[in-house]
Amino acid sequence: MDIILKGGHVVDPASNLDSESDVLIKGDKIAQVGKNIKANGAKTIDCKGKLVFPGLIDMHVHLRQPGREDEETFVTGSRAALKGGFTSVLCMANTSPVIDNKGVVEYIYAEASKTGLINIYPAAAVTKGLEGKELTEIGQMAEAGAKALSDDGKPVMNAEILRRALEYAKMFGLPVISHCEDTNLSKNGAMNEGFISTKLGLKGIPRASEVVMVMRDIELAELTGAKLHIAHVSAKESVEAVREAKKRKIKVTCETCPHYFTLTEEAVFGFNTKAKVNPPLRSKEDLAAVKKGLSDGTIDAISTDHAPHSIEEKDVEFDFAANGMIGLEFALSLANTELVKDKVLDWSGLIKKISANPAGILDLKGKGSLAEGSDADVTVFDPAAEWVVDEKRIESKSKNTPLVGRKMGGTVLVTIVGGKIKYENGKFE
Amino acid sequence: MAVKWTKKDLLGLEGLSADEIGLILETADSFKEISQRPIKKVPTLRGQTVVLFFFEPSTRTRTSFELAAKRMSADIVNIQTNASSLTKGETLKDTAKNIEAMKVNIIIMRHSASGAPQLLAESVSPSIINAGDGSHEHPTQGLLDMFTIKEHKKKIAGLNVSIIGDIAHSRVARSNIWGLTKLGAKVTVCGPATLMPPEIEKLGVKVTYDIKEAIEGADVINMLRIQLERQGQSLFPSIREYAMKFGLDAEKMKYAKKDVLIMHPGPINRGVEITPEVADGPYSVILEQVTNGIAVRMAVLYLVSGVKERIE
Ligand SMILES: [Zn+2]
Ligand SMILES: [Zn+2]
Repeated sequence: MDIILKGGHVVDPASNLDSESDVLIKGDKIAQVGKNIKANGAKTIDCKGKLVFPGLIDMHVHLRQPGREDEETFVTGSRAALKGGFTSVLCMANTSPVIDNKGVVEYIYAEASKTGLINIYPAAAVTKGLEGKELTEIGQMAEAGAKALSDDGKPVMNAEILRRALEYAKMFGLPVISHCEDTNLSKNGAMNEGFISTKLGLKGIPRASEVVMVMRDIELAELTGAKLHIAHVSAKESVEAVREAKKRKIKVTCETCPHYFTLTEEAVFGFNTKAKVNPPLRSKEDLAAVKKGLSDGTIDAISTDHAPHSIEEKDVEFDFAANGMIGLEFALSLANTELVKDKVLDWSGLIKKISANPAGILDLKGKGSLAEGSDADVTVFDPAAEWVVDEKRIESKSKNTPLVGRKMGGTVLVTIVGGKIKYENGKFE
Repeated sequence: MAVKWTKKDLLGLEGLSADEIGLILETADSFKEISQRPIKKVPTLRGQTVVLFFFEPSTRTRTSFELAAKRMSADIVNIQTNASSLTKGETLKDTAKNIEAMKVNIIIMRHSASGAPQLLAESVSPSIINAGDGSHEHPTQGLLDMFTIKEHKKKIAGLNVSIIGDIAHSRVARSNIWGLTKLGAKVTVCGPATLMPPEIEKLGVKVTYDIKEAIEGADVINMLRIQLERQGQSLFPSIREYAMKFGLDAEKMKYAKKDVLIMHPGPINRGVEITPEVADGPYSVILEQVTNGIAVRMAVLYLVSGVKERIE
């Protein structure tokens, strides 16, 4: 059945649209966007007073399948995504087995299609087993549909290997997503290095452990002319380095995550392992620099780095707790309150970073736009609705977030994937 | 004293008020008297079970707590383990829940991870006493150091106290800083730049890398134990250089005040952070610290156990 979204405020930066319009969906494509569209027999969704976006794209998630289905599966991860308004995600390669050969890439697509809720694209490992030693069969994985290369969870510490990966990836147009961390500098670190780590007696991770790798990788991007994407930028100096690199016309893009523009290292007080993440939550200054980077265009994308962990991995001594927090269900609300209401970005600027730009960086054809003929992935959002994060109502299989109890601004009403309503008013298809 | 003890746990000195610290020190005074009797036993904790839950080997602190609990007639259980054996299956909380199920009253905990006692305090009902967690706090050591200082100097406020050594990894340093600054002492920390934690001056202490500066004018010098394996972590080039630059010897003692107190939490690396002649010399109160440790720990056990009877 055709679907018509009536009277919503449509924000589609890819087609320069930011006004009240109807959106008509026929089959799995956007058929028309405009005023007063007549659509006899179509299912009508009244969007008056609501916002209509191209489906959100999260270019950095850990779905834990295969290997840790006790923490997340494609089904639970997809439900979390739909509730958060995400219609497409890029899942990182640090699964078990690692996504480091064609077979695992094919497995991801097969399982994703069996799940049938959202678009799940795999990132493929840069090096075999994420060991940082030998390149994976990048060409074969590109043919099988890998959308990016990343050893995320770990950096490629050997600069020569990253250089060759960047060069080789160029042949397939794949971006290399770099988890920037000098593991010598960050070794045994548990939180951001500074006064709070001193107070708590926890080993600090200096910002420099991120920054030196951002700078190194930028130089390698310049050397090779390849597409480099910096994952989860958290430090002020990293933002500055990317800003300079863009001035030098180096092909670098970067992302940050909602926790870096929402929380600071103070969330760790009381040894709160739910606030343990890598890179660590930083200072107020870093948070301000991340916001500035978002507003001036230095930071291209907002991704969640959704990282589910079991209770056993979090409810332990801070030093032994796993890094990471879930993010899919909260990203858009946090962006609403921390960025849009705070006038860091307008809606169009935000949707660029959470839909249009990720589609561009990953070269996802037909995604990230509501232009006629695009894939019918649509998110309807009510920015005025309020809710409180309740652990019992989290869709993700893991509940590791420091946001429980926090009041959230704005809620996703409808998520449409490929022309099918997958989520509507709190209910899944 | 007007202040009443209300806390179930003793996790650190950061969370205590000056009055609460004062109360512990005063209570310790009465217990010290007991330790000097021929029969050193009071029935204060009769029928209560105290668990010594040690994840790090520590003969001194464990023995001191054990004696403190024995002199108060508590039943004592010793659990020695290490953190890595736990991570392979049973978590710290599982183990603690098991101990709790045995209906114990007080758990005294030593752990290599900062914050472990707090995790325990949030999950089980017995009182938790932190006997040292990672680089975070070692509150009873801080208290016994203050008790020893007060015995000699009759006050804490206004004294110049220098803490010298590996400040970054030292829970003793942190507990001393919290306690001493709350009671009005002026604290200087001194050590190699590699062993100085970032922004420590925000705790209200003076930082110097020059040991002479730390010695001059100090009423108390607290020498920290240097862990010898730090040498392999590029934190200082050699033990020899460390001893030359930051070890306290007779030569450097020339800069010290005539009534200075020399302290050390032990165990001492003789000839590294302190030479034998200084450790055993006239200014040293290192053995008194050990004696006072028992009285201070008795006071802490007494207060957290909430026992209302007066000491006989
Ligand atoms: Zn990462
Ligand atoms: Zn990640």
